[in-house]
Amino acid sequence: MAPFVVYTFLGLGIPALAVIYEAFRGDSGGWTLSNVNEIMHGVFLVGFENSLKLGLLSALIPGVLGVFLAYAIQTSKSNTLRRLCATASGVLANFGGINLTFIFIATLGSTGVLTYWLQDLGIKLTSIGFNLYSFSGVLVVYMYFQLPLMVLVITPALGGLRANWREAAENMGASSWRYWLHVGVPVLLPSILGGMLLLFGSAFAAYATAETLTLGLIALSPIQIGNFLNGNVIAGQTHVGYAIAFGMLIILAITMIVYSLVRKRASKWLQ
Amino acid sequence: MAPIGGPGSLFEVEVVESRPVAEFSSGSPKRRRRIRWWRLVVLVLAGVYFLIPIYAGLKFSFENAAGHLSDEAFRDLPSAPGFTAALTLSLKLALATVVVSTVLMVPTSIYVHVRVPRLRRLLDVVTVLPIVIPPIVLIIGVLGVFPQWAKASPYLLSFMYVILAMPFVYRSLDAGLGAIDLKTLTEASRSLGGNWFKTLWRVILPNIRPALLSATVLTLALVFGEYTMASLDLWTTVPVWIVQFNTSSNGHIQVAASMLGLVGTWILLVLVVSLDRSQSRRSRRKLGA
Repeated sequence: MAPFVVYTFLGLGIPALAVIYEAFRGDSGGWTLSNVNEIMHGVFLVGFENSLKLGLLSALIPGVLGVFLAYAIQTSKSNTLRRLCATASGVLANFGGINLTFIFIATLGSTGVLTYWLQDLGIKLTSIGFNLYSFSGVLVVYMYFQLPLMVLVITPALGGLRANWREAAENMGASSWRYWLHVGVPVLLPSILGGMLLLFGSAFAAYATAETLTLGLIALSPIQIGNFLNGNVIAGQTHVGYAIAFGMLIILAITMIVYSLVRKRASKWLQ
Repeated sequence: MAPIGGPGSLFEVEVVESRPVAEFSSGSPKRRRRIRWWRLVVLVLAGVYFLIPIYAGLKFSFENAAGHLSDEAFRDLPSAPGFTAALTLSLKLALATVVVSTVLMVPTSIYVHVRVPRLRRLLDVVTVLPIVIPPIVLIIGVLGVFPQWAKASPYLLSFMYVILAMPFVYRSLDAGLGAIDLKTLTEASRSLGGNWFKTLWRVILPNIRPALLSATVLTLALVFGEYTMASLDLWTTVPVWIVQFNTSSNGHIQVAASMLGLVGTWILLVLVVSLDRSQSRRSRRKLGA
């Protein structure tokens, strides 16, 4: 037990504490609030706004689509298909990082396979506002592992929807629509929200894909931290990077607290 | 729900499942049929979305600069400047991470399971922290306060990868240990005169082999895919090499290397998923369910 405590303290505790400590230190020593003040304005605030936007959109879009996909898989009669989808979700949810970036460059980049196909159909990606090397591209790439992640998270909850609830609703003359409105969705909602919070956290904090796809040109908090580490710093601001990291920690801490509350509620139906 | 036919049965339109109660409700078969159409559309769209990038990756990998079918990219990959060095570094880091992670986590998990089960909840929380605190935040803290001699070594990355792998490794070991009757096994071994080390080596480890293997595989996948920490700590591991490789010379090599990475991870993960399944089947049988 002792080695584990020491190891996690060194590898997890010290870096986290260092971020909090350095966020309130001035460049020439002493305590200060100027770093924290700095990230509430200008380009760093935009970074937070963009990161939050990216997190929210990738919680909502793959989150909602994932529920439909999971339901489609779950209600399928074919065992083979369900097992195949379960394995595929488990594998695809762990994709990501830079390998995925390059596969998408081969797909939707300027000389990508899908780009050419769409061009043959007369659709120009740029004219519908899509650019792989920007915000919309990052969103589409994230969806590739977030959709399976949502399927993994939501499938057990769908299994908790008992057939006799639906039968009871139907017996009382409820339409499918009313069944979902009054039974299905309220029961699933905590699980759906929990899954969406996970998606939010993963998109909000991810660095590799966004950095390599946009060459670091997009204003997102993780990329701004990376710029500080790469030495692209204005003199007198060397501690602002820590303040951004500190801000991210706070947002993620709130996310996790809400997540654990939602989870508690979700487990109620999953006996 | 019994399996009905092969995968093709999905596309049949008639209502297969007979729910005695549902038959009384009006208009039910019609609705079911509509749901099937809807499901077909969803599954086909999802299939297209997930398969096109894989197809594109394969197509790009097996094309040369002139656009003809060729395995040039894969043949040129080993001799591409810097690739062997990056691969060697990644292999070394992977080995160090797996060894340290195993030596650290296996005794800890066993100790907590056998001696202090009430700490399991605490360990659950601690080991999930590396998911909550993102790598980008950890690495800025590490590079800020760690001493120079530590930052000069690539093995600082291994040190941190053990932390990043902790959620997967602990969960895998925890599930493996939960599936066996650890207490009885330990007591039996001790009463036969086995010391702690012998119990661990000859009794417990063979029983959690699938869990150990899946923990190792997940760690390997993590080390070979990690970009954030490696690039910011300025070490050229395989993912960093792929990004830095000069695109103007041959972009197909980058895609080919990524494809190898994805397919490699894929094989490893399919292995883990099937291991998990066989393990849970075994533990279910043990419980007599």
